[in-house]
Amino acid sequence: MEITTRSLWTLIHGMGFGALYLLACSGAIVAIYQRYSTEPLPQNQAGRGRFLGIYLSIMAALAWLTVLTGTYIIYPWYRATPPKDTVSLGAYPRSLLLSHPTTSQWHLIGMEWKEHVAWLVPIAITAAAFIAIRYARDLKHHPQLRYALLGFTALSLFAAGIAGFFGAMLDKNAPVDGGQSIRLVQGE
Amino acid sequence: MSIKTNKVSEISISLPNGSGAAAILSAGIGSGAVAAFAIAADKSAFVKNLFVFYKPTGALSGETTVAILLWLAAWAILEWRWRKRTVSLRRINVIAFAFLGLSVLLTFPPIGDLF
Repeated sequence: MEITTRSLWTLIHGMGFGALYLLACSGAIVAIYQRYSTEPLPQNQAGRGRFLGIYLSIMAALAWLTVLTGTYIIYPWYRATPPKDTVSLGAYPRSLLLSHPTTSQWHLIGMEWKEHVAWLVPIAITAAAFIAIRYARDLKHHPQLRYALLGFTALSLFAAGIAGFFGAMLDKNAPVDGGQSIRLVQGE
Repeated sequence: MSIKTNKVSEISISLPNGSGAAAILSAGIGSGAVAAFAIAADKSAFVKNLFVFYKPTGALSGETTVAILLWLAAWAILEWRWRKRTVSLRRINVIAFAFLGLSVLLTFPPIGDLF
């Protein structure tokens, strides 16, 4: 059982940072909604206020790791231009997708949208994390800040969902593969 | 003899909302910049070449780097101006979320291509 270095990075980017972010998003939305939709209980709010800030900061870190690994490690492999006499386009996913009318839209719509919309995620969630840390318990006095917090998290889930969906579909149609092989388990 | 009862009232001092408003509006500006630069690079070969900061990643490297710098600069300026103030947050929320929503739409190629 082997995996290539490029596949491993794709896995780290998508199934690691990206999927973890999507999972964390739904948790954050529930936490924000539950925390502020009912009358707060003053005695036990301090720790929960701090927890939300830490939770959103971890999400922000995940979002930055996802876009940075995607843009600067995987995307160059995806968009590499094949030499002129290349017969098999397997190692050049972008060119492979564009070579067939049935798959070209995965690049022209899917990747073109994914590569930009994904960058809205770290911007939105970093702002949300800042608000949660800066205001913490004081958020109960600022309904508009709470709406913004919920809105940023929901929008980041939507944008990350688009990026994740197209990432999975692109990898299904033209996987980023190659590089050194890493043996995970020795066969008999 | 009279007994005085001191009623201790809890005074809650709320932080001004300026810092939060700065974070919210600057996030809208940064998101708008990502969409605007993506469209500009798609429409003009000259702009596209200007945005190639890192060749293997192409114009995406410059589009996102400049948008992030713009976002951080806007955030720093707004934070400096608003941190001790209370501002009309409802209006800022509407503007910021309009920018964010438009950015999601404008980065969608069939819509971005209309420009």
